[in-house]
Formats: sequence, structure tokens, C-alpha cells
Amino acid sequence: MGGLQVPMEHVQVLAALLFSCGLLGLMLRRNIIFMLMSLEVMLNSAALAFVAAGAKWGQADGQIIFLLILAVAAAEISVGLGLVLQIQRRFKTLDMDAANRLRG
Amino acid sequence: MNSLALIPAFPLISAVLLMASTGRLPRQLAALLGVGSIGLSAFCVASVAQQFLADGQVREITLWTWMAVDNFTPGIAFYVDGLTIVMMSVITGIGFLIHLYSVEFMETDESFCRYFAYMNLFVAAMLLLVMADNLLLLYLGWEGVGVCSYLLVGFWYRDPDNGKAARKAFVVTRVGDTAMALGLLLLFTELGTLDIQPLMAAANAKWQVGDSLPVLATALLLGGALGKSAQLPLHTWLPDAMAGPTPVSALIHAATMVTAGVYLIARTHELFLLAPPTMTAIAWIGLATLLLAAFTALAQNDIKRILAYSTISQIGYMFLALGVGAFSAGIFHLMTHAFFKALLFLAAGAVIHCLHHEHNIFRMGGLRNRLPVVFASFLIGSAALAALPFTSGFYSKDSILLAAWSLPEIEPTLWAGGLLGALLTAIYSFRLVFIVFFGEATTEPDKQAGWKMAIPLIILCVLAAMGGWISQPLSNVFPATEGHAGVAHTVEYIGIAIPLIGLVIAYLLYLGRQVSISTITESPAGKALQKFWFSGARIDDLYHNVLVRPFTGFARLCRNEPVDLLYNSVVKLIQMCHRVLASLQTGELRWYATSMVFGLVLLIAIMLRNAS
Repeated sequence: MGGLQVPMEHVQVLAALLFSCGLLGLMLRRNIIFMLMSLEVMLNSAALAFVAAGAKWGQADGQIIFLLILAVAAAEISVGLGLVLQIQRRFKTLDMDAANRLRG
Repeated sequence: MNSLALIPAFPLISAVLLMASTGRLPRQLAALLGVGSIGLSAFCVASVAQQFLADGQVREITLWTWMAVDNFTPGIAFYVDGLTIVMMSVITGIGFLIHLYSVEFMETDESFCRYFAYMNLFVAAMLLLVMADNLLLLYLGWEGVGVCSYLLVGFWYRDPDNGKAARKAFVVTRVGDTAMALGLLLLFTELGTLDIQPLMAAANAKWQVGDSLPVLATALLLGGALGKSAQLPLHTWLPDAMAGPTPVSALIHAATMVTAGVYLIARTHELFLLAPPTMTAIAWIGLATLLLAAFTALAQNDIKRILAYSTISQIGYMFLALGVGAFSAGIFHLMTHAFFKALLFLAAGAVIHCLHHEHNIFRMGGLRNRLPVVFASFLIGSAALAALPFTSGFYSKDSILLAAWSLPEIEPTLWAGGLLGALLTAIYSFRLVFIVFFGEATTEPDKQAGWKMAIPLIILCVLAAMGGWISQPLSNVFPATEGHAGVAHTVEYIGIAIPLIGLVIAYLLYLGRQVSISTITESPAGKALQKFWFSGARIDDLYHNVLVRPFTGFARLCRNEPVDLLYNSVVKLIQMCHRVLASLQTGELRWYATSMVFGLVLLIAIMLRNAS
């Protein structure tokens, strides 16, 4: 294996940082679009961790899981965008705090 | 024979039609149905009465068996003898006149249809009551008229006071009806039938005069009669029942329903003859009621309340007659009273109608020239009520007093009390006439009584004046009372003189002003006395304090009963938990996400801790 060798730990730290960014974004942003974007970041950080682990141990599983995550993300975003359209149409805003009609 | 079944059927069908129309019928059609059905019914009664007078035969007809339980098979069956003929004639005849009068009286009322539906239903139930062949069917009619009375007293239901009066009428009579139901049960368990004629025969065969069971049974029946006929101690509902429209008061609370108690006792008189203590009680209750109500009538100032107390007092006379065994005199007074009291109520209704619903007699006055027909009616009605010579009331009241005089056991106390009542009757009835129709005018009538009001008034005037000469076909119904041949002429002369003395006293007090009435009522004793009688001898207050207030207090106590406390605390706990958990459900997506994250962190922390 040639090229630039990145240590495993660096990749895992990056993945953890990305995941935390996504998580914070999910918890703090109010706009539904940004929340979906944060979700994508979180999914991709997990995928990064898988790929890195797969490369380290020379297993194909990591890349297969990456493909699976890609498919999940695509499915999720297609449903999510449909919801975004409905929310915009119904509440005339993308602020998720406005959509709280199910409160107890 | 079928015309017998038609008599109650006409008003019943008409009532059903009027109710089914839910007020959408045009007024003319509703009036035609309402009045016409009673007219047809009256026509049938007339033909039945004519046949009866011709052949004197008792008519019986069984339409169908109501229910059959073992050997208890009451039928929808009618029994028509002289007594029933008299009652049916009064109900349909006077009922027809009052319905005709109502068309004009109620013409601007929005619930015109409902009014005639209730009135027709009442007439049907009342006919059922008097025609019934067994006591159970009689009881059905009895409760039917009670319901109609309730509905019509509370007819103008938008005023809560009227609803209260209706409830009072219903509840107070229910007290008596419960006693009556117990009486019926007792009669059935003892004698095994409720058909009136076999029942009388069985009672006569099984019981002797003086046995205790007939006393108990008749006392229970008497309870029902006291409630329905507004006698002491269950009379308090009748003055309040005046909240209904005036023709209702004329038909139900003067001419027909309130005399149902008298009818019941007359119908089962053979039973009552087996129980002399009950008979004595009836006579004394009648006397007490007639005096108390007459005194109370003297102090009232609402025209309808005066007439209501007067009705109570006159029914007291009927009970007095029944109690001394003069059944035909009692029924005779029932009939003449129906004539003149219906007349008085209708005339009072005309006054109220023409004076913008004014009820206070002291705000009337001088109406003699401006409402001549009404004045003439009122004068004739009052004369008959006061039993001035040769009016209808004179003959009936005289025969009651003579019967009371000739009763051997009870010394002339009953007779003297009745005479005092007659004196008071004359005073209060002419007090009413003098205050309302003489003196200075204070209110101007804004309309005159039309022909639909005038014709019933004129016909009733004739009946009230001449009704004393009608002979009733009762000779086969009641045991013959011994003639009054032995009565001294002095007794008769006193009976004639007393009402005239009352008239003179009323004249001196209220019209001639030779004796100032205000000096009597202004004195402390007079004031207290007037207040006492104005409140109806405080009986309403007594009932309120002794019965109503403890009951409502007890009910309020039960509302917070300790057993419920346990169950309520469980409910409270669950509600509290619900509130706490529901507050977590904010409906905000970010809140859910955040709580999931923290939950996850917590779980991982626990897992790591356990793993290490």
C-alpha cells in the first residue's frame, strides 16, 4: 500500500468530531433543512469510521457498510425532503419549533 | 256502544297529531283540531247521556286486555253509570268552552300548538280516569292528568319560577299518589281484583264495618285524593299552580282535575262506608281545609290566588259532604262548582288578558263599565260561589250543610263550621268583585274580549245561574240518604241568610266604606293577622323548614361522603401523574432528539461502568 498513510487514530478522532458536529447541529438548529444536513453529516462520519476500520484490517466489510449507509442516507433524504415540502406548505415556515401540535 | 271508546279517543288522537306536528301546523288548523276534537267528544257524551237517561242502563265495554299476569288481568275497559255521565259531561262540556276560549286567549302565544296538544292530552287522560272500569286504568288516567298539569303549569317555562311551581305541583301530588298506589296494592293482595264493581262486592263480602283493613286501605286511597284535590295537608301546590295560563287554571285547577279526589271517593264509596273512622276524618279534613283556605283567600291580592284558595275551600265542602255520607250532594257541588269556578277563572282571565297581564286586584278597579260582559260573568260567578239564593251554588251548598246538620253522630260543629265558611266565602268573593269592578279606575283596558271569549262566558253564566236545577242521574249509584224532612225550617233560613250577611259585610268594608278596612289592617294585631293569612297560614314555610331544608342539607352532606374520598384520591393521583408525563410531551422535535441523546449517553455510561 503506497501513498499517504494516515494513522487510524486521526481518522477516528475526525469521525468523532464530525459526529459531534452533526449531533450538536441536530440539537441546536431550528431549521429543518439544517437538521437534515446535520443528519447527513452524522451518517457520513459513521461511514468514515467504517471505511477507515476496513482499510486498517484489510476487510471489504467496511466499504460494503459504507455503500449501505449511502443508500440509507439517500432514502432518508428523499423522505425528509418530502416532509420539508409538506411542512413549508402547512406552517409557512421551516422552523421546527412551530410544528409542535402534538404536545401533551 | 263504540261511541264510548270514541269519547277519549278523539282528544287523544288530536293530541298525538298536534304533538307530531311539532308546532308547524298553521294556527287555524291547530285550533280546529284542538277545539273540534273536544267538540266531537262532547257530542258523543251527549248521545251516550241521552241514551242513558232514556233507559237508565249501565254501559260496560272492554276494548282489550291491558296485561295478563296470572289471575291479574286489568283491561282497557270502560264502565259508564250515572256518576261517570255527570263527570264526562262536565269534562267535555266545560272543556269544550274552555278550549274555545283558549283560542283567543292564547292567540299571540308562540307555542299555540303545544298548548292545545297538552290540553287535549289532559282531557283524554281525565276521561280515562272517570270512565275506567278498574282502579289500575283509573290510576293511569290519574297520573296522566298529573303529568299534563305539570306540563301546563310550567307552560311558560322560560321563567324559572313557573318551572318551580310545576315541580312543586308534581312532587306534592306525588306524595299522595304514592299512598294511593300502596292502597291499590293492598286492595289487590287482600281482595284479588282491581275491577271496581267486583272489588266493592268482594270488600262487602269479606269485611265488616269497623274492621281495620278497610280503614287502612281507604286511608291510603284518601291520601291520593288529598294530594290531587289539594286538601290539607297537601294543598300547598294549588296556589302556585296558578303560574300556568288562566284557561288551564279554569279547566285543570278548578273544574276537573282537582275534583278527581272527590270522584275517587265517590266511585269507591262502598269501601269508604266500611270504614267510619276514615269518613269522619274526611269530614274534618274538609272542614279544616275549607276554613283555612277561606281565611287565606281573604288576605290575598292576586286575583288568581284568591280563586285558587277559593277552589281549595270549595273542594273542602265536597269532602265535607263525602265525609258525612252525602255523596250525591258532594257530586252536585262538584258540578255546580265546575260551572261557576270555570266561569270565574275565565272572567278573571279576560280581565288579565285585557289589562296587560295585570294580576294585582288593587291595580284594577272601576272595570264595571268598560268590560260589561266580563263584569256580568264575574258577578254571576261570585253570586254562585257565595251561594246567594237561587244560584247554582246555593242549592248544592245548602244540601251539603243540611246533610252535615242531619248527621246524627257528630254534633252540629260541622254544620256551624260550614256556615262560617259560607260567610267567609261571601265576604271574599264580593271583596273581589267590589275591588276589581267598582271604585275608581286605575288601569285602562287595551282591548275587549272577543266572541270566542264572550260565548263561553255567557254559556257558563247561564249554567252557573241555573245549574242548580239540573237533576243528576245518581239515584242508582249512591245509597239513598234520608230526606231532610226532619230539618227545622230555622236551619234552612240560617243557611239562606248567612251568604247575604257576608255580602252586606263585604259591601260595608270594601264599597260603602262605612267601616274603614284600613283601620283594621293597620292595627298591629290586624297587620300580623293579615300577614299570617297572606302567607297561607305559614304552611309553606313550615314545609320548607321541616322537609325541604333538612333534605337539601342531607343531600349536600352526601355530596362529600367519606367513602368517595378514597376513590377520588386514586383519581387525583392518576391525574397528577398524567399531568407530569404530559408535560414531557412538548411536541418539539429538538427536545425529543436531545432527550434521546442524553438517554443514550446515560445508557452507554452505565454499560461502560458495568463492563469495567
